[in-house]
Amino acid sequence: MISNIITYPLICHMFFSILLMFFWQNIRIQKTLSVLGNSIALVIAVFIFITVYKDGTLVVNAGNWPAPFGIVFVGDMLSATLLLLTAISGLAVSIFSIVSVMRARLRFGFLSVYHFLLLGLNGAFLTGDVFNLYVWFEIIIISSFVLISIGGEKNQLEGAVKYFTLNFFGSLLFLTALGTIYGLTGTLNMADIAIKIESVNNPILVDVCAVLFLTAFGVKSAVFPLNFWLPASYHTPPSAVSAIFSGLLTKVGVYALIRMMTLIFPGDQFLQQLLIILAILTILSGSFGAILQNNIRRVFSFLIICHIGFMIGGLGILNVFAISGVIFYLIHDIVVKTNIFLIGGIIYRIKATTNMKKIGGLYKDMPKLSFLFIIVLFSLVGVPPLSGFWPKLSLFLSSYESGEYLLLAAFILASLITLIVIAKIWSEAFWKKQPEVLPRKRFIYFNELRPLQKWQFITPVVFLAIVSLYIGFGAEHIQILSMRIAEDLMNSQNYIDAVLNQN
Amino acid sequence: MEILLAIMTGILYAAGTYLILRRSIVKLIIGIILFGNGVNLLIFLLGRITKGEPPIIEPHLETFQDIYADPVPQALILTSIVISFGLQAFAIILVKRAYKVLNTDDLDMLNTKDEDS
Repeated sequence: MISNIITYPLICHMFFSILLMFFWQNIRIQKTLSVLGNSIALVIAVFIFITVYKDGTLVVNAGNWPAPFGIVFVGDMLSATLLLLTAISGLAVSIFSIVSVMRARLRFGFLSVYHFLLLGLNGAFLTGDVFNLYVWFEIIIISSFVLISIGGEKNQLEGAVKYFTLNFFGSLLFLTALGTIYGLTGTLNMADIAIKIESVNNPILVDVCAVLFLTAFGVKSAVFPLNFWLPASYHTPPSAVSAIFSGLLTKVGVYALIRMMTLIFPGDQFLQQLLIILAILTILSGSFGAILQNNIRRVFSFLIICHIGFMIGGLGILNVFAISGVIFYLIHDIVVKTNIFLIGGIIYRIKATTNMKKIGGLYKDMPKLSFLFIIVLFSLVGVPPLSGFWPKLSLFLSSYESGEYLLLAAFILASLITLIVIAKIWSEAFWKKQPEVLPRKRFIYFNELRPLQKWQFITPVVFLAIVSLYIGFGAEHIQILSMRIAEDLMNSQNYIDAVLNQN
Repeated sequence: MEILLAIMTGILYAAGTYLILRRSIVKLIIGIILFGNGVNLLIFLLGRITKGEPPIIEPHLETFQDIYADPVPQALILTSIVISFGLQAFAIILVKRAYKVLNTDDLDMLNTKDEDS
């Protein structure tokens, strides 16, 4: 059964997270095993991606229960792409975390929980059952609670309380929405819901249900006005943790929204208008927040919000071209957002702070590293041949063609502000002279590290930078891929057929 | 019965939301617990309260002959109870730890300016 391969990433991460628990005290073995596990997951993900690209959607019925009754795992093109991106970011962050995370944190099972987080992410991308999606979301947030609060520093606990409350609240709203949709349609399989929801003659209740889903996923993906927990908490944990959170956790919410909007609630005018308005507000709140901050990691947190707005806006337009832009943006954003937080971590290691007022002269100190960083930061802005440019072009064009001029204005404003913010970081942290700061005691600076450790810091950034350079220069391939995904998503009949009419 | 349960659910949601909005961390936890119970009750209600037979098809029949009680919502509630139990346990530990480190149970005090972190 070739289609069983889509469950292998789940098995792989589960196996490694349990295996790591057996080496609780032996951190060196844990580090090796974690990198090994993520490498295996990457190989599996590449294999799945190639198989799905050639043969089309793969479906696995858990326990061989036929489709609408049992839980199904569906590996369509979108899921396979996201699995691949999860594996890429997962590997990079795992290499980064084995050197950057303090030993005390590693000794409390950091890496084991990290594998559980990846397990939850993979599961959420694969499942074709709404309740199962809820369960994967819970696995994700439970692991993320542990990762965000492990270490127990003062500001970390503050961030954790806020993060915990809002995310748990979001999950409960998700459960409410899920109960409502079960009450309306009597099924939990997404493809089956998509069919049965058309025959529900209670449009108001369907809209209520849609808005509940939107609120729940909005909390997860930091859509305005539900986004204030994100900048309050994302800068508090170690950089490796914020990297995986910013790269993938908010994107799971976006993924769930894309699935819901295209599969279960397509053609809902009210919802589309709502999404576009929310996107504009999200973009504005994120970009103005980013300008005001002086801490590099806080700036990046606000930029996450700003760029979530791009994807939500494209989703609000809801045609093939716009969705292809959203998918392209998603692919670009996962890689780049993970990378900028890793860069934030390296800057912290070099200067012992991420406050822009207290650092400077990075370009003078290490020109090669600065060149690497600027490639990534320019990808984020979207300077032409780099990866951020192409999806923005699709989004600009599609919003212009569908007459959403306000959204277009917000997109352009956000791009401009991202540029200003990056320019500010560049001039403050890289060009300015280093201000007088007393060296921090009991802090291992980057220069004092062993060469191997330096490379462990730099390799993941180089790896992700190469991926994002490929996304930029090989934009043609990614565009073909995202057009294909977008067409698949807009013709949801393909998905429904693949799930319900197997054989 | 349905109306009573609907009112109960509404009260639990309202009380839960109100307590989550309070400044005290302990009330926050209680609010989350109440809200979670409201959700469970809602799922139970939306599975329809029917006095029916157990959902078992007789060996010689193809389909259900009688009104049956839907088992799925109960499975959903059971799962969600287990999950929210785990989360609540974590929340209580987190709050206790936060109280020890921060020396306050007022959420408005959790605003350290951490420009350096």
